[in-house]
Amino acid sequence: MLTCKQFLQELNDYLDPNTDPDLKRKLQSHVTECPNCFVIVDTTQKTLQVYKGVEPQTIPDDVKSRLWKALERKIAAKKQAQS
Amino acid sequence: MTYSENWMSLTPTTPVGSAFDESALVAKAKAGDAQAFSDLVNHYERKIYRLAKHITQNDEDAEDVLQETFLKAYEHLENFQGNSKFYTWIVRIAVNESLMKLRKRKSDRTVPLDEPVDTGEEMVAREIAVWEDNPEQRYGRDEMQEILNSAVQSLKPDFRTVFILRDIEELSTEETAETLGISIPAVKSRLLRARLALREKLTRQFKRKGEDVFAYL
Repeated sequence: MLTCKQFLQELNDYLDPNTDPDLKRKLQSHVTECPNCFVIVDTTQKTLQVYKGVEPQTIPDDVKSRLWKALERKIAAKKQAQS
Repeated sequence: MTYSENWMSLTPTTPVGSAFDESALVAKAKAGDAQAFSDLVNHYERKIYRLAKHITQNDEDAEDVLQETFLKAYEHLENFQGNSKFYTWIVRIAVNESLMKLRKRKSDRTVPLDEPVDTGEEMVAREIAVWEDNPEQRYGRDEMQEILNSAVQSLKPDFRTVFILRDIEELSTEETAETLGISIPAVKSRLLRARLALREKLTRQFKRKGEDVFAYL
């Protein structure tokens, strides 16, 4: 039986769907027996879910405007250098 | 596809609802089609801005990074070999630019980089409690964003950057290692510490009040 510390060190492998099935079973047996690690797994999964659910934020209009103006200058300069 | 009205000489080439074909746009852009490059910028600018804000934690630096990333990408487009995805390539540029900003700020000593936070380094979980149901629905979008940003901001830059690349930008472990110039075991180790530290922080915020672990059982 793994200790909680050993399990935590393997937590990423437990959460990774591509982990070797034997290792996964070994880790699963700890989670089944240990309420604390069960909660840690659950709340870690929820942590990842809330971050994945965040949409990229809108760029403020002035920031966007300066980006496009800078790009326009760059492209114009490149075209001028080529001609 | 939306388009910046500030670039009046160009118009969107990708009709609304049509598939975004990154490799075709990159090929056109490499052949000198500025319009194709603008479509690539349109597609990725928000993600690059988010990445830069997450790493630098500073609006001004994030704007600089956003600009530098696409200006450098345009300047060096002919060097892009296509061995990786274009997006991975610009993420690498953006990460390097962001880290330079962090290093500069650290040397300026204007902003503390290493805040006294728990980073999970000792691999000890202190907060073990179930979360309330659907915290995303309980908090407003802006408030939720603030909570998540604040938690990420509290991580050390090394951990923060790995978490952002792996769990938000969804780069692979190998791509993250290559982007940051660190080993694969280092990526895995930092990711674990970052995830555990964030879990602790969010649990303090989202834990169900007045109950304990046995709420699950």
